Amino acid sequence: MSVDTATVAKIASLARIKLGEGEAAAMVPELNGILAWVDQLGEVDVTGVEPMTAVIPNTLRLRDDVIDADPLTGGGIRDKVLANAPAAEHGFFGVPKVIE
Amino acid sequence: MTDLNSSGLTDLGVAAIRSGVASGDFTAVEVAEAFNANVAAAQDALNAFIVATPDRAIEAAQAVDAKRAKGEALGKMAGVPIGMKDLFATVGVQTTAASHILEGFTPQYESTVSAKLWDAGAGMLGKLNLDQFAMGSSNETSYFGNVVSPWRRNDGGNAPLAPGGSSGGSSAAIAARLCPAATGTDTGGSIRQPAAFTGITGIKPTYGRCSRWGVVAFASSLDQAGPMARDVTDCAIMLEAMAGFDPKDSTSLNLPVPEWEKGLNADLSGKGVGIPREYRMDGMDADVAKSWDDGIAWLKDAGATIVDVSLPHTKYALPAYYIIAPAEASSNLARYDGVRYGLRDLPDGSNLQDMYAATRAAGFGAEVRRRILIGTYVLSAGFYDAYYTQAQKVRTLIARDFAQAFEQCDVILAPTAPSAAFALGENTEDPLKMYLNDVFAVPASLAGLPAMSVPAGLNREGLPLGLQIIGKAFDEQGVLNAGLAIEQRANFTARPGKWW
Repeated sequence: MSVDTATVAKIASLARIKLGEGEAAAMVPELNGILAWVDQLGEVDVTGVEPMTAVIPNTLRLRDDVIDADPLTGGGIRDKVLANAPAAEHGFFGVPKVIE
Repeated sequence: MTDLNSSGLTDLGVAAIRSGVASGDFTAVEVAEAFNANVAAAQDALNAFIVATPDRAIEAAQAVDAKRAKGEALGKMAGVPIGMKDLFATVGVQTTAASHILEGFTPQYESTVSAKLWDAGAGMLGKLNLDQFAMGSSNETSYFGNVVSPWRRNDGGNAPLAPGGSSGGSSAAIAARLCPAATGTDTGGSIRQPAAFTGITGIKPTYGRCSRWGVVAFASSLDQAGPMARDVTDCAIMLEAMAGFDPKDSTSLNLPVPEWEKGLNADLSGKGVGIPREYRMDGMDADVAKSWDDGIAWLKDAGATIVDVSLPHTKYALPAYYIIAPAEASSNLARYDGVRYGLRDLPDGSNLQDMYAATRAAGFGAEVRRRILIGTYVLSAGFYDAYYTQAQKVRTLIARDFAQAFEQCDVILAPTAPSAAFALGENTEDPLKMYLNDVFAVPASLAGLPAMSVPAGLNREGLPLGLQIIGKAFDEQGVLNAGLAIEQRANFTARPGKWW
């Protein structure tokens, strides 16, 4: 499979990465080189093979149903959460207007 | 200070520093000062650190010296100053993943692995440079510039060489005696390949041994932290300090941490060492092939039986990796949106969607953008099964290959990388050529297995080559022991001449 300029532009839009003038076209051969190379996976007979979901067998755990069971991942740390925000105002993350 | 001058101190490894501090031969502060000086003196030439934190190193050392004065018990890493790959969140110290999008990000919390190391008495010399978001094999994708290896070819040409990647700051700093040990992370070879390129030792433990909490995520099903140091014993000591169950990481292994240091034993009598025939590829570098043969002879000498094994899906590991890792990366890196932390690019009159796209275009480097686009494509509607599901099925087959090989042997021996270090700029034109560097490293990553690189010797250009030992899941001890057997026979004492 291969991509064209329109597909690259579409992927970039899905990934929320702005591409400048001519950048989508420039990426076409790069991405196609990689895609042509990974296409060899199609040769592998995977009949009856399950896709891997966990590389080392492990069971998912539930934490205790307690508020702030681990203070490092608990609540009540608003100012720490906001400390690195590019625009924090009145205790919230600031973003450009999203409703007209 | 007793009979060691400061350059003598920076020649010491983890075990020697720890015991010297404990016995009072020198103080932890003297050690920290000596390494701080080396870090500062090498920064312009090697660019191994993004941020140096000499005060942190001194504070940690003072705490260890005070504890010793009071006769209190000292930790596993007491008095040992280390470098911290800039992928681990460190409270109050900028953490960037070598990216522009996280420039200035100052974590409010500490990663589990770094917290464990500080609790064990280690101190932080600084945050080490790396490939951006750990994506690269030469440390040439960092926003903060290339790391230069302290090694040079013996041709007198002085071409700047790659320290490997992504843990290139870690490898260069250890080889240049800027730190006795450092953290690394390995997604598809990022501890082992840089260790091989710089003549040092590094181990990626079984997936889940070291907590991923507070480590900037690249490909979560593959990312695993591990130690890098100058010898096997130092790696065993540091891995003990880093590993352990963490309820904050859903894939953390709920297992006790073995006493790897105490368990070290280079007698391999009764052990089988598998030699995977598929790794002996056409056109293999003659020096790499010779070092592999040397390794086989050394392990035989240590008492092991050599067994021919087959890993039939080896050639598909790299293409599977370059679907799975970008897919996971495209998902993980969705968090960089210019809202919660890091860079924001808000062109005049732009709306929220424009802000996301502008921020991510400005904040991610070319290789990171390339991988996000590949990952987005292989996960998109209509292509998901053909690419992602197929790659995950191939991954199952690769893991099965190892499981079958380990019915016949205890560890597997292979080269770490297909060549010695290359020159900076030599492989940047063609991403596929760069990816091939990890051809021997990626299969163990896909299977979640412990694997380490130990120095084997120098090639004809005077550059280090590494040998890789891959073990069964949870058998870091077997890997470390085989590594020790090689180390004792390789007698690798070469070090880069100081030019920086």
